[in-house]
Amino acid sequence: MATTMITTLDRSSRAAARGLSDISIRNLFIIPTVLFLIVFNIFPLIYSLGYSFTDFRASTNAPANFVGLQNYRDLLNDPFVWNNFAITAKYVIVSVAGQLFVGFGVAMLLNRDIPLKGLLTTLLLLPMMLSMAVVGLFWKLLYDPSWGVINYFLGLGNFEWLADPKMALYAVALTDIWMWSPFVMLLSLAGLSAVPKHLYEAAAIDRAGPFYTFFRITLPLVAPILMIAVIFRTMEAFKTFDLAYILTSQPTAELISIRLYKMAFQEWQTGRSCALAYIVLIMVLAITNIYVKYLNKVKER
Amino acid sequence: MRKLVTSVLAGIGLTLACGTSVYAQEKSLTIFWAEWDPANYLQELGNEYEKETGVKITVETTPWSDFQTKAFTEFNAHGDAYDLVVGDSQWLGAGSTGGHYVDLTDFFKKHDLGNVMAPATVKYYSEYPGNSGKYWAIPLEGDAVGWSYRKDWFEDPKEKEAFKAKYGYDLDVPKDFKALRDIAEFFYRPDQKKYGIAIYTDNSYDAMAMGFENALFSYGGDLGDYSTYKVDGHINSEKAVAALDAYKELYKFTPPGWAKSFFVEDNQAITENLAAMSMNFFAFFPSLINEASNPNAKNTGFFANPPGPNGDQFAALGGQGISIVSYSQKQEEATKFLEWFIKDETQKKWAALGGYTCSAAVLKSAEFQNATPYNKAFYETMFKVKDFWAVPEYAELLQQLNQRVYPYMIGGEGTAKETLDALAADWNATFKKYGRGQ
Repeated sequence: MATTMITTLDRSSRAAARGLSDISIRNLFIIPTVLFLIVFNIFPLIYSLGYSFTDFRASTNAPANFVGLQNYRDLLNDPFVWNNFAITAKYVIVSVAGQLFVGFGVAMLLNRDIPLKGLLTTLLLLPMMLSMAVVGLFWKLLYDPSWGVINYFLGLGNFEWLADPKMALYAVALTDIWMWSPFVMLLSLAGLSAVPKHLYEAAAIDRAGPFYTFFRITLPLVAPILMIAVIFRTMEAFKTFDLAYILTSQPTAELISIRLYKMAFQEWQTGRSCALAYIVLIMVLAITNIYVKYLNKVKER
Repeated sequence: MRKLVTSVLAGIGLTLACGTSVYAQEKSLTIFWAEWDPANYLQELGNEYEKETGVKITVETTPWSDFQTKAFTEFNAHGDAYDLVVGDSQWLGAGSTGGHYVDLTDFFKKHDLGNVMAPATVKYYSEYPGNSGKYWAIPLEGDAVGWSYRKDWFEDPKEKEAFKAKYGYDLDVPKDFKALRDIAEFFYRPDQKKYGIAIYTDNSYDAMAMGFENALFSYGGDLGDYSTYKVDGHINSEKAVAALDAYKELYKFTPPGWAKSFFVEDNQAITENLAAMSMNFFAFFPSLINEASNPNAKNTGFFANPPGPNGDQFAALGGQGISIVSYSQKQEEATKFLEWFIKDETQKKWAALGGYTCSAAVLKSAEFQNATPYNKAFYETMFKVKDFWAVPEYAELLQQLNQRVYPYMIGGEGTAKETLDALAADWNATFKKYGRGQ
């Protein structure tokens, strides 16, 4: 399969003049990447699987003892960890749904002939280009009850966005929505512009209403690309760390990745944190698989 | 192609050359500490050492939030990037049993440091396990949690009159925890954007634990028995429950959004005219008497953590000792630096630069106590301090405290008794896991 993808070397090229064959050029490009993947991804992945069955602590010189499934058992019986998962699920749903709604909405607004469309789209993409940590620091200032502009403009007085245990998670999700809606918008725009115009013309001739047109033509045709946006955003939202870590320390907003960080790098429970990382990995894989199955179904239609 | 290879080789050569030139300069020591003012003072002290001996001292710093992580990542990798580290007092267990720190017991005995340094600092910054006579660090920066307050608010005759009418006693520096609470309530005026008190609430490291300990220790409670690891009847005793309630009560009178506050926010409470009183480590007080960083510098006063209802008076210990990293290639040079550091005249210089010396002689001198408005409160505090657990798994104990106490303090979930009972159960399970005191 891969070999059919490679076009043969141009005989007059400099590479050919040096006597490099197709195969050696292919190896030149592929081997470093494969090596890199093995050394930095595959090897640690397998190594940490081994650690997840031990009581290893990186902060001591004590040898690691094999404890079997003890770490997994303890973690799955820990109400705090379950609570972290519940919080993460809530966060993923709110944040991805919000991004989908805002992103697709803005894309619908932009999908017509308006002046300065290119400039507008570029400006709307800016939040996505910022670093997560920087966005976190900025929004912490914006949310501040004493000098933040959000309360000032909304006239909310001293409303405590990040200090309120009930609000903190939604405040983080709101920031995430602000940051990543442009991503959904971009994909949606690509999907929307690919919908054939003649379908709309046909619908207009049949006097179909705007809702009918939207639900029967626009949405089904954009759905596959929207699903891709949802997959990406779900995976990202599931492992959100920096944004939430910087914005708030409310236990009601402690996502699973924050718990994992604390366990691994503050408490140095290396073995147990490896086990938790595997639980998270399996969950993300499972969720993504469901999405991909669904995506294939949507595509078949 | 050949050109590329040559340039890559030249690049590698250059990097190696630069690398080796660093190694060539053997007479240098790197000290790792957190990024704050005292680290700058230590660098200045190090410059003096370089002038005297020619050994270059570099104080490398990182923000407090990842100080612990960065230091232990280096230790765990057995790296020799740092020759000495000014580690937090809770690290002693992990540093000594993990083999990261060099045993300084002989050094300690040779220089009689048990008597040269203030007793509490030796107990909490140097010795591990408790009462074992084994020492792993030299007390460097003494620190504890104290209080700053707005003298101008306290001394306003109108306020004084109104306070006396409401509470029946004079408005003054709080004499006990009840007065602390009353004054906080008195100055809590959200309509004027004035608030009563600023306390520690951040649950990401040890901030909230330190704040709670200030109440706990002064209420006569303690975290547990440090030699038997018994926590039942200690951390969930009546005194501890009362202390937690008292600390939660103070949270009512804090400025809005005070749910993730540590030293930065607490100093801001004074500089931004937010609060009448503010809890903070003594190490952060120098910037409060500096007009450049505090517009209210002239009107800022300081006091030691007040006694609780039974007259017990203690404070939570901060501060650090300096240890030699066992993976360092220059341990001998590092020992020489420590020998210089513990000299009386060095300690005097250290105090003059702004460092909080632990030398008993310097602390007791009138010269030191009158040098700043807070030195006297510091001297008083340093003889009645207590600290958190110093066992290698202290971070787990801290995390358990955070996850039990924070939802009660900030979210109002459950009762103080339930919170502390649950914490005692968590700690028991952790000590059991590591086979302590069972």
